[in-house]
Amino acid sequence: MPKFKIISQRTIADSVYEMILEGDTSEITSPGQFVNIALPEFYLRRPISVCDCEENTLRLIYKAVGQGTEKMSLLPEGYELDILTGLGNGFTVNNSKNCVVAGGGVGVPPLYMLCKKLIEKGIKPTAVLGFTSARDVFYENEFRSLGIDVKVTTNDGSYGIKGFVTDVLDTMSFDALYACGPMPMLRALCKYDAVCQLSLEERMGCGFGACMGCSIQTKNGYKRVCKDGPVFFKEELIWDTI
Amino acid sequence: MGYDLSVELSGVRLDNPVIPASGTFGYGAEFTRYYDINILGSLSFKGTTKDARFGNPTPRIAETPSGMLNAVGLQNPGIESVISKELPNLRKIFKKPIIANISGFSLEEYLYCCEKIDKEEQVEIIEVNVSCPNVKHGGMSFGTSPDSVSLITKEIKKVTKKPIYIKLSPNVTDIVSIAKACEDAGADGLSLINTLLGMRMNLKTRQPLIKNVTGGLSGPAIFPVAVRMVYQVASAVSIPIIGMGGIQTAENVIEMMMAGASAVQVGAQNLVNPYACKEIIEDLPRVMEKYRINSLKELKR
Repeated sequence: MPKFKIISQRTIADSVYEMILEGDTSEITSPGQFVNIALPEFYLRRPISVCDCEENTLRLIYKAVGQGTEKMSLLPEGYELDILTGLGNGFTVNNSKNCVVAGGGVGVPPLYMLCKKLIEKGIKPTAVLGFTSARDVFYENEFRSLGIDVKVTTNDGSYGIKGFVTDVLDTMSFDALYACGPMPMLRALCKYDAVCQLSLEERMGCGFGACMGCSIQTKNGYKRVCKDGPVFFKEELIWDTI
Repeated sequence: MGYDLSVELSGVRLDNPVIPASGTFGYGAEFTRYYDINILGSLSFKGTTKDARFGNPTPRIAETPSGMLNAVGLQNPGIESVISKELPNLRKIFKKPIIANISGFSLEEYLYCCEKIDKEEQVEIIEVNVSCPNVKHGGMSFGTSPDSVSLITKEIKKVTKKPIYIKLSPNVTDIVSIAKACEDAGADGLSLINTLLGMRMNLKTRQPLIKNVTGGLSGPAIFPVAVRMVYQVASAVSIPIIGMGGIQTAENVIEMMMAGASAVQVGAQNLVNPYACKEIIEDLPRVMEKYRINSLKELKR
């Protein structure tokens, strides 16, 4: 069983934690993939998107939303976790130079690794990061450190631009859009005339395609969000069934 | 020191008693990245119906203390597609005996599927699911009375020569009378137990956690219920029983067999630990040595 050791944990926003782990990350092959973490005293694993990974380090950002993730936030440095990695199909990095990454809340983390991959290909994306309120904002500086243009929105206007990510995107023109966030946001993004890749969220059982817990109906048949996704092209999705 | 892990189900020899349970192992492919699935005794594939089914709306899954609820609702590509695509693909990666799990919404549908599967040489045993708790007018209505389970068993026996194992529901008042009805009607064996009907609420939304409202409870939480039911049924029938429900360890396998099972299925544990069956099989000799068991066949009551 793949083991990862917690190197550090810190709070980066309200109930949002950044966890750095040490372990074999060789199975993680594209941005937008996720890992599935076994927690002591909880039966099901917790799927968390990969924020970044290097040869032996894994960076995760997650929000403590329930008992499991709350417990995870209390785990000490040095603690060993059993984690399945390299799960799901991530973003396909295409060649569009004029592209935007759009994240909502805890949908923001996988876009960090995506931006790094885009930059490696010589593409400078614009990052549009949406949060509920000022106290929820995280990773603005980390994205800026990549040398890209970053726009932050908050729903209540307490930080950055007031409104949703769509309020910013409406004023821009782009050929490709990569996004991760809540379902209503992803649905709203489908209106843009661009190559849209959307990372969906759905409650999962196994996380590797065995249980059919996270199925959706698509124009190409039934798909498992965990195994066939989580990233889908907008043309595949049938929103009225999701 | 060699330990004999082999068991037999209605003339079908299994190298060991460990079988992934239907609905927790797909058609095998997802597990090949974790280990060579040919170490398994057998494999019961995803419950198959006459027509393709998407199943229930999501969320379909919820966590429980020591277990989980699911209301997948028999998502499957339908019998034709299973025979033309899934079964040949499974055969490419799995050379051991295959158990076909069949479900339906009417007697005609069960018979249609069993007749089709009967022609498939790769399938050694048909497991008839009369106990899915997650579909309306589904299999469970057949599995909750001795009369209906007797009828379906007799009719299926007419359309197939393969051994048929009836998979029973624990959501009944008296599982023994239903098991006996299966035996009397000519069933070759029994699989028990399916999931226990359960439910959780979401405190934030004040709504059920599962869109289907109720779901089937599985995982170690149900292990003692399963052991009890296997024991009671094994005391009343003489056909072989595949015991299942919450098995996590090699010790659990031995316990289930001591209660009366001839083989076991591992279900939910595959979902939280994809290596579960491999670890259990590899650990069986150690547990046999500890309890001085030379052959698993000797455990049968």
